[in-house]
Amino acid sequence: MRLSLPARLGVRTVALAYLAVLVALPVGMVLQRALAPGLATFWASVTTPAAIAAFNLTLTLLAIVVPLNVILGTVTALVLVRGGSFRGKALLQAFLDLPFAVSPVVIGVALIALWGAGGWFGGLADAGVRVIFATPGMALATAFVTLPFVVREVEPVLREVGDEQEQAAATLGATGWQTFWRITLPSIRWGLTYGTLLTVARGLGEYGAVLLVSSNLPGVSQTLTLLVHARYHDVANTYGAYTAATVLMGLSLATLVATALLNRTRRHP
Amino acid sequence: MLALGVVLLWVGVVVALPLAALAALSVADGPLGFVRAVTAPGSLAALGTTLLLSVAVALVNAVLGTVIAWVLVRDSFPGKRFADALIDIPFALPTIVASIVLLALYGPESPAGIHLNNTRAGVLVALAFVTLPFVVRSVQPVLAELELDAEEAAASLGASNWTTLRLIVWPAIRPAVISGTGLAFARAIGEFGSVALIGGNLPGVTQVTSQYIAQRIEVGDPTGAAAVSVTLLVIAFSVLATLRLLARGQRRAVA
Amino acid sequence: MITVTGATKRFGDFLALDDVSLEIPAGSLTALLGPSGSGKSTLLRAMAGLENLDGGSVVIDGVDVTHVPPRRRGIGFVFQHYAAFKHMTVRDNVAFGLTIRKRPRAAIRARVDELLELVGLAGLAERYPDELSGGQRQRMALARALAVEPSVLLLDEPFGALDATVRAELRAWLRRLHDEVHVTTVLVTHDQAEALEVADRVAVIHQGRVQQVDEPLAVYDRPANAFVMGFMGSVARVGDSLVRPHRIALRRPGGAAGVATPPHGDGVVTVPATVERVARLGSETLVELVDEAGQRFVARLPRDEAEALGLARGDSVEASAPRDPATADFIDYSI
Repeated sequence: MRLSLPARLGVRTVALAYLAVLVALPVGMVLQRALAPGLATFWASVTTPAAIAAFNLTLTLLAIVVPLNVILGTVTALVLVRGGSFRGKALLQAFLDLPFAVSPVVIGVALIALWGAGGWFGGLADAGVRVIFATPGMALATAFVTLPFVVREVEPVLREVGDEQEQAAATLGATGWQTFWRITLPSIRWGLTYGTLLTVARGLGEYGAVLLVSSNLPGVSQTLTLLVHARYHDVANTYGAYTAATVLMGLSLATLVATALLNRTRRHP
Repeated sequence: MLALGVVLLWVGVVVALPLAALAALSVADGPLGFVRAVTAPGSLAALGTTLLLSVAVALVNAVLGTVIAWVLVRDSFPGKRFADALIDIPFALPTIVASIVLLALYGPESPAGIHLNNTRAGVLVALAFVTLPFVVRSVQPVLAELELDAEEAAASLGASNWTTLRLIVWPAIRPAVISGTGLAFARAIGEFGSVALIGGNLPGVTQVTSQYIAQRIEVGDPTGAAAVSVTLLVIAFSVLATLRLLARGQRRAVA
Repeated sequence: MITVTGATKRFGDFLALDDVSLEIPAGSLTALLGPSGSGKSTLLRAMAGLENLDGGSVVIDGVDVTHVPPRRRGIGFVFQHYAAFKHMTVRDNVAFGLTIRKRPRAAIRARVDELLELVGLAGLAERYPDELSGGQRQRMALARALAVEPSVLLLDEPFGALDATVRAELRAWLRRLHDEVHVTTVLVTHDQAEALEVADRVAVIHQGRVQQVDEPLAVYDRPANAFVMGFMGSVARVGDSLVRPHRIALRRPGGAAGVATPPHGDGVVTVPATVERVARLGSETLVELVDEAGQRFVARLPRDEAEALGLARGDSVEASAPRDPATADFIDYSI
């Protein structure tokens, strides 16, 4: 259907105005707030000991969770696509999608229910292994929210590639490992990279689940997201919140751009 | 099979066991305890706020998300690619950053003089921000696939724009609008990070269920927190299950 | 030489192989021929070890390989859809088997060059599979399978995904290649013309069983049962005799036999019939007939002969065909 010019302009204005007041202007405002006092001030604000410690903690969590997701996510995808049928496959599929549907706060409560004092595995805390209010708990929270990404990106690629190339490699004398490294892995590499980027982006930004299982001590157990919260709220360092948020925003947008570029190369190999 | 064992252990420890423990904890004080925790005044108020605002925000985004999708597919203007890229930002940004971003413009120091912090309007804006992409990204590809032929045929047969929209376009995009709206609603009822700072967590006014749950943990009532958590999960799953059933019915109707 | 004994394979309720025994002589090119779902591919994949048998055994060159994984069977396998390694160049594809065997680099290079020459891809070594035509991809896959000097070469509908012209070209090429290389070869196909043209032995497979194994023309001329007869080519029923359409001779009633070749065989059946339709196919002419009992059949005549007879719709003729005792048992077989 062809809209008359005024109608078209009207619809366009409504759409763009909504986008502007909801997304473009607020994002621009944060950048303006963070950068207006000058780059030196900005740099000083994001390199305080607490900020550097938060950055390091976030990196540590990613360093634990990302390799686990990459390896186990690939294994899971292989089991789902190449493993034939087994009992409980539908249940496994359902559990893999759960993290998309569960509120971050609920994830935090669930982790406390399992690992916290009085929880099923609460005995570990008595034995001196701290999970809740310590790095392992935060890693588990991050692992929960990022669990589906690698599996759900690699699975369709494996399905589409099929197993003929792997069979061909086997008839040519390749062992299972040789087939995996030389044939399977190269054919899923883009899906795997994409899933990894999504995992990094999601892990970087997780807030609610981590908040509940962290002791939230500046310089010790604050991730970047917790630092943003603490600076705005607890210590009323609004400027510091803007700068820390800008750093997080930069990292997320960098991953977004990387995934977009990757999608383009994937579509035109 | 070793690989299967490793996978089940991983998914079990990371996802299944915590949720099982959550379910067990929610009824630690018996079924009555569960009901008491969920029907406590604070809990009911938070659930009311959450559901009200989530429905409102889902409807707003259903309408404006469809309008945006239409503009991105059928209109052309300088900067369209930029507008299209903006849609992905709410998915990419950490939720706590979303909160800060909105406070920068609509907070206490608002240069525009709009102060939405500690108001329901503030929570609404935050939820609208994080759920913006759902409807747009689910309607956009359907509209792009939609052949102009059918619309032109309708127009050539004398149909007005309004009739074409009602009889040709709307039936085609309706499933996508419904599914996007449902996903936005499911996301909104569990949202925490983006409303954490702008909402102000005022009980009975702006406190949403996820904030109420976090508060139960802080005051040392994990059982109550678990009970309300399970309630929230059940609502989210019901919405998603309904959407899946609708999608299946749709596929069957097409086939 | 490959010997399959008592091979049985089920997929759920479906019996894909039903106690199959078959011998593939060394150096032969044997076609496994059958309709889709007949079990021919399953049999081939069982020889390769890509499918595990529920019962029975596979022996290759005197070694029982029934429980040996594919990579240690010394086979080369070519897939219908090429199974090209998409992220590798043609050279790396062909070299794959040698690379994982850690052969010296120079030796691999020399061997790959030799093979690419053999399959006519010498100039395309640095291309990727995406940049090749279907026929080129399949020749690359053949070179890849031959690189490891397999004791047997197994081809699973290798030309099935190609268009007719390329398919005909590659068939002839495969036959020449086999005459040069002489590796024991098994070719799975559903196309009886392909089997007749390329193979020196044909095993017809149907419903998970071997129906007949013989030389190609023998299978065509002396089918073991009604299924084989019908599957190998068109069949006409003249009176109580089943024959190939080209063995029917026509003449005008009472008149001379024209130039029709007199049917030979164990006696002759002759029936009066009426011409329904005449279709000229260039070098041959198909004559559709109906006999007095209402039975329809088709005769296939050389064009010159058909023109000499000058047949038209409604003409009365006498159709003669040899009485073949071998096919007398199939007479209840419906065509």
